[in-house]
Amino acid sequence: MIHKSLLKWFGIFLVATAFNSCKKDKPKEDTNIPPVATGAFNLLFKNTVGDSALVLETSEYKNANGDTFTISTFNYYISNVKLIADDNSVYTESESYHLLSAFNDNTLKIPLKNVPFKKYISISFMIGVDSVKNVTGIQGGDLDPAKGMFWNWNTGYIMAKFEGYSSKSPEVDKTVLYHVGGFSGSNSVLKTVGLDFPTAMTVSETESPKLKVKADVLEWFTSPQNISFSSLYVIHAPGADAKKMADNFADMFSIITN
Amino acid sequence: MKAKNKIAALMMVLSLTLFFFQCSKDPQIPSPQVTGVTFTVPQGWPQPVYNFEENTLTDAGFNLGRRLFYEKKLSRDGSISCGSCHQQFAAFANAAHARSHGIDRQFGKRNAPALFNLNWQTSFMWDGGINHITVQPLAPINDSLEMDGNMNDVIAFLSADASYRKMFKETFGDEAVTTQRVLKSFAQFLGALVSSNSKYDRIQRGEAGYAFTADEEIGKSIFNQRCASCHAPPLFSNFSYRNIGLEPNVSLQDSGRMRISESVQDMHSYKMPSLRNVEVSSPYMHDGRFKTLDKAIDYHINKPYYMSNVDPVILNGQALSVDEIQSIISFLNTLTDNTFIHDTRFSDPLYK
Repeated sequence: MIHKSLLKWFGIFLVATAFNSCKKDKPKEDTNIPPVATGAFNLLFKNTVGDSALVLETSEYKNANGDTFTISTFNYYISNVKLIADDNSVYTESESYHLLSAFNDNTLKIPLKNVPFKKYISISFMIGVDSVKNVTGIQGGDLDPAKGMFWNWNTGYIMAKFEGYSSKSPEVDKTVLYHVGGFSGSNSVLKTVGLDFPTAMTVSETESPKLKVKADVLEWFTSPQNISFSSLYVIHAPGADAKKMADNFADMFSIITN
Repeated sequence: MKAKNKIAALMMVLSLTLFFFQCSKDPQIPSPQVTGVTFTVPQGWPQPVYNFEENTLTDAGFNLGRRLFYEKKLSRDGSISCGSCHQQFAAFANAAHARSHGIDRQFGKRNAPALFNLNWQTSFMWDGGINHITVQPLAPINDSLEMDGNMNDVIAFLSADASYRKMFKETFGDEAVTTQRVLKSFAQFLGALVSSNSKYDRIQRGEAGYAFTADEEIGKSIFNQRCASCHAPPLFSNFSYRNIGLEPNVSLQDSGRMRISESVQDMHSYKMPSLRNVEVSSPYMHDGRFKTLDKAIDYHINKPYYMSNVDPVILNGQALSVDEIQSIISFLNTLTDNTFIHDTRFSDPLYK
């Protein structure tokens, strides 16, 4: 009897040791996987009105239609930022949701982290917030509704917001207000922008490239539709007008080459 | 003299005893903190749309949400809470108010809906404009006719209050107050408002001692033929948007679902409400125009106002007699969940 129970205990000990050693082996294997060397890629947006830097409130501008205007708010979301390398591999920023605001220059800087050492040839990003984040409830960070870019009566993000004044606006206080949103159906305003780099940009141990992207308000109001502030001056819901403004902002971004 | 004193003393003791006895027995006095909060799908019900994903239901989160629901300081001037217009005894609708009084004694645009079984709803508000339970409270908090608050002020108020900071720490691990945390807590309370203990439910479950009366049976049979295709059990709504032929109140300038869908087909359509607890959640319809159930049924079944998009089920349906309507009402009254409307876990935690 004693002999048998001793054997049993020895068996248990053996099994336990086996499991224990398995556990210990695992981290060793993990450390054998070579880590991907990564660095930084700095994305910098610059808001302009044509060739001039955008200045809130005080500067007066003229659109292609000949309407003069001032700007009091210029905010937009950039999301799903991707870098495409010359070997066709894609770097995708995690939790990639950024609210860029003319009120705060710091919001215009997007430092991309953990970018694999490679030669990159183009960038793509979405203007707006993808539909998933519009239908899965309350979000934090730049997607916090308290940031003022969220419709609480008709759930969804305002993807881009322009507010200003023009003497051409039929509104009593001459307001021009474009709250552009809508993430589903034929009036979705979501646009994906792809921009090729003029020359490849390398991320390496010694190189952290800086890409400057221009967001040109005049371009927004010019093509494909020439916007007239006397006929289109208030948008505050999804719909055909918002779609029209979104078709226009799809081409307002370009790479600054100097 | 002595005898009088004795009687007086006896009466004092008796009245004090009665007083304490009443207090301790009174089911209306809520416990300050609820424990053991759970969410279970009632037997025979479909899976909910929302099951506290990324927002695990906890006692601390529920208690925080419950307190926020009754917190008047979320409104601009500290006068209105969610509970002001969503009263538990009315299944969280606003009793006797066609449209609720919001801030500065303004009327809201629509009838405050009853709140229960919200985790099964795919959209919120009469026009379905809100697509997720965790963003719903933003609408009444911000609405200039309702609470006229804003989240920055709400966060500042909650952050400055030590008792709230403690509750945030208990719920989320630290004291930080964010929009996301406030709304997740709200969803814990709102999602836990499950009403599934009406007489109807007890009969469905085969509980001993419950049976329909003859009149309720007749009402049930008419209901199944004429109403249940839309007001489908067990939730008693399929939550679709219908124009049931209510003459539009032009002064309200309310296009209903069309405001959201932008489709003319949805003009004056509203989300079909559940009929659970309908007995206690008067008045009825999106603008609260009917105070009684017989009027509500009579008008939308027997006297629809013609518009091009009135639901054909309504337009082409046969009229219901007064007796049939009364039997339907007898059946609908079996959907009243007295356990739910008296459940102290859902009442104001600061009520004294």
